[in-house]
Amino acid sequence: MTVEPLPTSPAVPFQESARVALANTQLRRNMGKATQTIRGKRANSVGELPDWQELREAGRAIKERVLRHLDDYLVQIEESVRRAGGHVHWARDAAEARSIVVEIAKRHGTKEVVKVKSLTTDEIGLNPALQAEGIEPIETDLAELIVQLAGDRSSHFLVPAIHKNRSEIRELFKRKLGLEHLTDEPKALAGAARAHLRAKFLSAKVAVSGVNFGVADSGTVSVVESEGNGRMCLTLPEVLVSVMGLEKIIPTWQDFEVFLQLLPRSSTAERMNPYTSLWTGVARGDGPKEFHLVLLDNGRTKVLADPMGRQALYCIRCSACLNICPVYERTGGHAYNSVYPGPIGAILTPQLAGVDNAPSLPYASSLCGACYDVCPVKINIPDVLVHLRGKVVRSKQQKGGWPGAEGLAMKFLARVFSGRRSFERAQRLGRLAQKAVVRDGVISKLPGELAGWTAMRDAYPVAPQTFREWWETRS
Amino acid sequence: MSQARLEILRRVREALRDVPAAETAEGVAVPRDYRRADPTPREERIAHFVERVAEYRAIVRRVGADGLADAIASACAARGVRTLVAAADVPSSWIPPGVSALRDDLLTNEQLNGADGVLTGCALGIAQTGTIVLDGGAAQGRRALSLLPDYHLCVVREDQVVGIVPEAVAALAGSAGLPDRPQTWISGPSATSDIELNRVEGVHGPRTLEVLVVAG
Repeated sequence: MTVEPLPTSPAVPFQESARVALANTQLRRNMGKATQTIRGKRANSVGELPDWQELREAGRAIKERVLRHLDDYLVQIEESVRRAGGHVHWARDAAEARSIVVEIAKRHGTKEVVKVKSLTTDEIGLNPALQAEGIEPIETDLAELIVQLAGDRSSHFLVPAIHKNRSEIRELFKRKLGLEHLTDEPKALAGAARAHLRAKFLSAKVAVSGVNFGVADSGTVSVVESEGNGRMCLTLPEVLVSVMGLEKIIPTWQDFEVFLQLLPRSSTAERMNPYTSLWTGVARGDGPKEFHLVLLDNGRTKVLADPMGRQALYCIRCSACLNICPVYERTGGHAYNSVYPGPIGAILTPQLAGVDNAPSLPYASSLCGACYDVCPVKINIPDVLVHLRGKVVRSKQQKGGWPGAEGLAMKFLARVFSGRRSFERAQRLGRLAQKAVVRDGVISKLPGELAGWTAMRDAYPVAPQTFREWWETRS
Repeated sequence: MSQARLEILRRVREALRDVPAAETAEGVAVPRDYRRADPTPREERIAHFVERVAEYRAIVRRVGADGLADAIASACAARGVRTLVAAADVPSSWIPPGVSALRDDLLTNEQLNGADGVLTGCALGIAQTGTIVLDGGAAQGRRALSLLPDYHLCVVREDQVVGIVPEAVAALAGSAGLPDRPQTWISGPSATSDIELNRVEGVHGPRTLEVLVVAG
């Protein structure tokens, strides 16, 4: 299986893939264990900072500033990177971005590129495009390597192989890397990856990375990582291509003081991640001789056009909302059918790809609001989910045709709720009609087209006497 | 200018029609009422730094100003280091007798990869997070030096240790953004959380980080 880019055609509904995922008990055990561990650690790490809420507000405000004036900042970062000796490319969509990167790799006659884990390059489907040109993309992040060796898909921002446990990884390494005597100790597994990739780092001519932050006024670009594979890719090859979503800009150097506190604690729950690299264009005698920055739109300007949904672009890809989400914890990332899973994915994917292409995702949530509480840049995910549900419905209405059972039911309810008399009449009718379906005081199964409502939950019957009826009997 | 550039800028401007034309970027308020400075007294700050570097499972020791050379020598001896990579401006007094210094005069990646360790200074340390920042300044050299050898021995002067992240960012403001001063922020040895979200030390970067905090 190849890594799929963002869905651009109606994907499998979340409800369907979730049902498949929920039936996988190993997956649920792995996910439950991993997310519980990280949730506890994050809470401790965040609790250490007395000014966490002030940092969140600053982070949110910086992102708001950037997005409201994105055109100015884009022009500014382009100028800054050029001044520092880098090349800047603009890509309207995934295909354009792919061909820019492939072209650079071909120009240098390389057969291999080393890659730092990057969601953005997954989003544009870069790896299959490189392979089609006979260039082997080598994923160097441990989890990304696991996913690549397994022919699997990523299921988490930070830990793409979160759905696999240590013994599954050992089996994979044994099979694919020919390592007979490997234990399932994480240390041994990490050591195996180190040995496997060292030669690749030393020989690769071209590296491809994503970008965590790009500073508009200096052109400084930053990659935040743990293993050192990022440093290898950013330092050793002669040519570096970094693909950056338009929204990853921050205005000034000073803004790092906010994000370098928010990101590590929210993602791996560490005070600081092991390695952060920051570079500006090309340094003499240090690192790549050629640096390319690709500015990627691919639907981001569509997200930007919705003043309410725009905040999804504040995201710094920390994955705190994935780890806290009761839905994600149980279904895992694959059920979302997107490079961007979890709560943030549920608001980002439908906006990037259009709500018609992912109409089930805004419903992949109980709206409990835990994601909003942990978001380091205060994206109000529940609000945007509700907003997008509205868009899904309106888009369905505009298309016309048979409104479906749900549409008819809502139309009926709208009429019932429009006046006191009709509402009370409906209650009396309901009391009669429900006799056929109430068992032990609840409705567990509604008939026919209404069955969907009770597929996952019980419905409560109309009370034998409503408050208003009781009130009237008093006088 | 390219077609794509014009098109993207046009899309952005169209998307932002709700933003009043008179609004400037600075007009969008960014409240910075988080902590910008740390009042912790110096001795306590250094102690914090040492404690937090150690929590990443790095080796860390405090030494007096006149004990540095000995501390470096015993650290190298303990690991059996015979070849030590060092930038051209690392003081000769730091190189222990009996250890051959590979001075960086365009050493190849293979040479770096084959060395037993690397010795650097740093730009600063951050007590709050146990972080060391290298910025290509004095006694640090280029980025590959502290990356390829499996053992990184780093000398941090006490007066280089700041309290919190915003103080570090302010202190680095002078060189940040200069093409010839790329930065690497290092917090402990190379690690990964990729297996069951547990931190494990030792992947691609140096698997052992040793920090000597020198008085003065």
